[in-house]
Amino acid sequence: MAQYFFYFLAFLAIFSALMVVFSKNPVYSVLFLVMTFFAIAGQYILLNAQFLAVVHIIVYAGAIMVLFLFVVMLLNLNKELEPHKSSILKLAGVIASGILMLTLIGTFKGATDQVVGAGLSDSLTYNNQVGLVKNLGKVLFGDFLLPFEISSVLFLSAMVGVVMLGKKDKAI
Amino acid sequence: MTEQIITHTIKTIPIEHYIYLSAVLFSIGVLGVLIRRNAIIIFMSIELMLNAATLLLTAFSTYRSDAAGQVFVFFIMVVAAAEVAVGLAIIVMIFRNIKTIDINFLNKLKW
Repeated sequence: MAQYFFYFLAFLAIFSALMVVFSKNPVYSVLFLVMTFFAIAGQYILLNAQFLAVVHIIVYAGAIMVLFLFVVMLLNLNKELEPHKSSILKLAGVIASGILMLTLIGTFKGATDQVVGAGLSDSLTYNNQVGLVKNLGKVLFGDFLLPFEISSVLFLSAMVGVVMLGKKDKAI
Repeated sequence: MTEQIITHTIKTIPIEHYIYLSAVLFSIGVLGVLIRRNAIIIFMSIELMLNAATLLLTAFSTYRSDAAGQVFVFFIMVVAAAEVAVGLAIIVMIFRNIKTIDINFLNKLKW
């Protein structure tokens, strides 16, 4: 049951990721990217990472994609304005990323037995509650308190930078 | 009930499948960066690559029952949100100045 669910979500994620890259209209790309994010949030739920699933939907589908959609609408992009690369460059891109995929998969396939399997928990020490809010909150506000506070400074500087960039002034 | 399903998931789906899924998603992101000329689509492909990496981090974190990996994913989301805000502001500024977001016209810094 869970296995079929995994394969369905994986198929959905890969299909909509391909549609993000290949659809001509930028608005469709944004909407397919939202679908990819929901499929990945489903994978998080399957992995019992409930906190991450909720945060992923709120941050990505809720905030980031609205920002993307807003900019696409603001710039009034559509199918006619869409720039095209020559088909020889497209073919080169497909071949290059296909070779990258083969390299990644081949690397992990070779390393699986030695590296990947070695650190996996056995059934005695395994704790499947690790992704719940209670557990993650303790870790986040215990061991990772300083990075958490520093990230607020990062957000503040990003906000100041965006306001500076968005201000209307003379052309650079 | 839920816990049983989750444990079942981890037993039935080997970690390799998550590795393959992440590798495929990452490659699709690279493909988008390589074949598209619209700056916003390239930006979305970068988001796709970030998501492939975070999915793999979460999978390993759950399979090893180590919470640090999921906290790291949380910080990646924080950085991605800041990055998207700044990047889209830059794209809007570029559009205001040269009236296009085709990256082939952004060649002033190109050797």
